[in-house]
Amino acid sequence: MNVLIYLIPIALFLGLLGLAGFLWSLKSGQFEDLDGAAVRILNDDDLKT
Amino acid sequence: MAEAVDYSIFVAKGDDGLSQMSLAIDGIDCAACISDIENGVQSLPGVVRARLNYSTHRLSVAWGAQASASDVVAKLEQLGYRAHPFAGRVEEEEARRAQWLLRCLGVAGFAMMNIMLLSISVWSGNVTDITPETRDFFHWLSALIALPAAAYAGQPFFQSALRAIRSGKLNMDVPITIGVTLALGMSVFETAMSRPDAYFDSAIMLLFFLLAGRYLDHEARRRTRAVAGNVAALRGEMAHRLDAEGNPVLVPVQALQPGDMLLVAPGERVGADGVVASGRSSVDESLVTGETLPRELAAGAVVYAGSLNGDGALHVRVTAGGQNTLVDDVQRLLDGALAARGAYVRLADRVARLYAPVVHLTALVSMVGWLIAGADLHFAVMIAVAVLIITCPCALALAVPAVQVTATGRLFRAGLLINAGDLLERLASVDTVVFDKTGTLTLPEPALRLPKGAEPVLVGLAGRLALSSRHPLSHAVAAHANGGALADVVEVPGQGVRAMVDGVELRLGSLVFCRAEAPHDLEPDVSLIAFRAGEKVLVIGVQQALRPDAAEVVAALRARKLDIRILSGDRAEAVAPVAAALGITEVGAGLKPADKIAALDALKAQGHRVLMVGDGLNDAPALAAATVSLSPATGAAVTQAHADAVFLGRRLAPVRAVVDGARIASRLMRQNLGIAVIYNLVAVPLAICGVVTPLVAALAMSGSSILVTVNALRAARPGRKDEALDATQLKEAVA
Repeated sequence: MNVLIYLIPIALFLGLLGLAGFLWSLKSGQFEDLDGAAVRILNDDDLKT
Repeated sequence: MAEAVDYSIFVAKGDDGLSQMSLAIDGIDCAACISDIENGVQSLPGVVRARLNYSTHRLSVAWGAQASASDVVAKLEQLGYRAHPFAGRVEEEEARRAQWLLRCLGVAGFAMMNIMLLSISVWSGNVTDITPETRDFFHWLSALIALPAAAYAGQPFFQSALRAIRSGKLNMDVPITIGVTLALGMSVFETAMSRPDAYFDSAIMLLFFLLAGRYLDHEARRRTRAVAGNVAALRGEMAHRLDAEGNPVLVPVQALQPGDMLLVAPGERVGADGVVASGRSSVDESLVTGETLPRELAAGAVVYAGSLNGDGALHVRVTAGGQNTLVDDVQRLLDGALAARGAYVRLADRVARLYAPVVHLTALVSMVGWLIAGADLHFAVMIAVAVLIITCPCALALAVPAVQVTATGRLFRAGLLINAGDLLERLASVDTVVFDKTGTLTLPEPALRLPKGAEPVLVGLAGRLALSSRHPLSHAVAAHANGGALADVVEVPGQGVRAMVDGVELRLGSLVFCRAEAPHDLEPDVSLIAFRAGEKVLVIGVQQALRPDAAEVVAALRARKLDIRILSGDRAEAVAPVAAALGITEVGAGLKPADKIAALDALKAQGHRVLMVGDGLNDAPALAAATVSLSPATGAAVTQAHADAVFLGRRLAPVRAVVDGARIASRLMRQNLGIAVIYNLVAVPLAICGVVTPLVAALAMSGSSILVTVNALRAARPGRKDEALDATQLKEAVA
């Protein structure tokens, strides 16, 4: 059972990482315009013309 | 834009010295619009930031010293989009709440997954070779995650439960809070005593499911409200305010203050309630009172916001609403009607009132029962807590909101913007539908009645001439123009307009002005406008036209065993033909707002539940007094604020859609509550017998939640053919 000593912290750390990622994306406004995100990918304005 | 507009009340100064403004934008229909609008606005000198929200059709702009609000609106107009700024304090509040719910959901989700990881190890260990030390360690770890997570993510429920208890009521959040607290408390105690059963997973899972339901419910409502806000903003009501030197400045009506002096040009809508200071005119108050005949005004007369000015310019002094005006009447009646309505209790809360005492009593009885049967105290308490956990109203609390979310989304796509959360429940019990006439059964703008054999070319020419007239009646004619406005048009005040084209004099206006004769087969509610081109004369009738599908919808509603009535503020002669065309026999005409309320109260006293559909200012109190109320998006602003839902477009079909949608939703809600009850009937005896392990509790809870959610999704399924709403109608609604 010694394996638990590092497996559990790793599991918790990964979970917290996911949570932090979610909270960050929420804070940076990525959930404010869900339809827009889907169609903005079609814009070509990042291409150098 | 011909005229500069003072938008300053919508502009906010940021900390960085930039001016900021939000605009509702009309006409966005594809992905390319995003870069069109953003790049277009950003190309203006001085604009620092322009970001379009494609979900809500809102543009937020920030600019420095060189640009101005009207530059931005003008640029958007030039790009081909109608835009109007708006201020949305309430919406900011709601956006913050949505973010908070989502944060709670994220925390609950994280805790649920990690605790499940530990729980599944314990469950599988329980049937193999887990040592009590490892199990306790896992339980302590679960507690370490669950307790802070529940304290954070449970806040929406704890706060709402606290509010309910403080006001001496019971809502669904009270049993939820008790259930979660007890489950966590007992699990910590069991863990401390080194016993095998802990319910951390169930408690957190409960919070997660409920938060998901709550967030979706909130979002669905926020979305419809955003669209309703856009519709209101895009009406873009403006008024000419006279400044100190007497020069007219165009300002949004929201900026008007009592005491301001307004200039109301012929053909303009009056921007605010007030008293005529000088000038003579007649105003069309159909939006206010439903009356379609114009009212003559002179200095000292009272005018109401939303009235359409006729052919004379007026100076109006804005009042905050003097004594005994219609607006005061409406406000006083509204206060009374709103107070009366508050009595309605939501289905979920009615269930909660019954549910909480029953469940808590059952838990107590089973504890006492086991004690009498000779069990020790610890075992009896365990049983009682297990009963509370297993009955924790996950399925029950999801049963109603899940249906509400799907049904609201479906009706949203049918062109209905729902204001009130409990609209569907209230609507399902309705047995009487009361329509207002003007603007509700009829279209908000009048339509032409052409004489037989009218030459289309002549009508088109009349339309081109009408483009240059500001008289309200000529707007209807102008819609038939077959080309651009004519040059050198002379407006003869109070009579009409004339122009010379190819040596022929064209005249459009009163019968006398055009030397025309009135036709003899005249209907009472038709206004006449004449057109003369050389020797040719055309007399055009202008009449309130029924919404294109009014007859069909009224027939469909009658087929659903609903009693249909009309209560109108217009004259009896004008109401009668509409009632006859729709086959409605119960008709009230010439009613004041108080009369409408009295009529509704009489209906309610007979035990009827009434759906009121109306648009005028005079309908607002009646809407508030009715069981449920609907208003078209073209209605007066006050009226929409008090309607439970607003419908878009030129058709009446959304009324039928909402009636059908409510009936389906109500059936599904009852089914869902039935499922939840059956689940409890099966699970509670198991809990009383003492066979509910944490594994059983977790399975039962998630199983029942998923079952009611899936059942609720049926509310979104396109149902019978007669309720399917086609895409053309939505297009109309947008246009």
